[in-house]
Amino acid sequence: MAERGPHEVDPRLLEILVCPLTKETLEYDRDRQELVSRGARLAYPIRDGIPIMLPDEARPLE
Amino acid sequence: MTRPPLFDLALLDRRRLRARRLAVAGADVLLRAAADELAARLYAVSRDFPVAVDLATPEPVLAAMLPRTGKVGVLHRIDRLAGLGVAAVADAGALPLRDASIDLVVSALGLQWTEDLPGALIQIRRALRPDGLLLAAVIGGETLSELRRALAEAEIEARGGASPRVSPAAELRDMAGLLQRAGFALPVADQERLTLRYDDAAALMRDLRAMGATNVLTERARVPLTRGIVARAAAIYADRFADPDGRVRATFDIVWLSGWAPHESQQKPLRPGSAKARLADALGVTEFGAGEKAGR
Repeated sequence: MAERGPHEVDPRLLEILVCPLTKETLEYDRDRQELVSRGARLAYPIRDGIPIMLPDEARPLE
Repeated sequence: MTRPPLFDLALLDRRRLRARRLAVAGADVLLRAAADELAARLYAVSRDFPVAVDLATPEPVLAAMLPRTGKVGVLHRIDRLAGLGVAAVADAGALPLRDASIDLVVSALGLQWTEDLPGALIQIRRALRPDGLLLAAVIGGETLSELRRALAEAEIEARGGASPRVSPAAELRDMAGLLQRAGFALPVADQERLTLRYDDAAALMRDLRAMGATNVLTERARVPLTRGIVARAAAIYADRFADPDGRVRATFDIVWLSGWAPHESQQKPLRPGSAKARLADALGVTEFGAGEKAGR
């Protein structure tokens, strides 16, 4: 807890989050601040430490 | 899906943001009542819930109350709007929760806006660990029936027809079946009626706006209500639904849903044919085999 920056995602939250479309485990891209779903080919943005798990807001992977 | 969406969720988000800006004191009276009751119901459950999710509750009021029950470990607030302690932004209709990862899902007055409630309930049940609990309050029943009637009558008088101005409500009798079909064990649905009193219909509509709860039906008429129709509706409302002191009544029905993710420790009906005693013996009567006619 103490090592977590103000905009880091709670690791306990990351444990339970999956892709809302495919329900698969997400890859956490710390540099881009994204949660990547390979199956849905979407990258869900993390804004101010809050994952935005809305497919409409996700970046399509090419 | 070929059916057009029932609710305009982007509009709902904008209405809720407007409601936050308005921040009218006392407009959250319903939500506070529901959150209080939900915490009390949770307190009565004799087990703890290490990982909990507060789903789609419009404000942090429930999340603030739950730790005081002493039953909840980690609590993640998930909603369509960021801010106010929300841990992740998501829609209840596309739940980003891992199968069998949560012990408790609570929700106060948010799930009635879910486009596909049966689908959401299935996803919630899957996210629950075995013997995990869903405890939710949704707006339903006869909620705002007075306003619905007053607006419809005023609009028919002025335009010869009425368009939907109030969302269709969840019916209690559908709800227990819905829980059961979603795979919940021990499903229970019950209803609580709250009658709130307002100075007049305009005050009620102001409060609905401050709750972010005004019309977001996709099929809503794009022609807004005119001042004349609203004034006429207020007059009809005052005429039909006022108390002797002149204040008007508004009905709110809160439908309570609870169900458990199945687990072998739960009580369940015995298999047919597994009885160890005869019913006839228990009743002290003579048993007739199938196919014989009972004595005349």
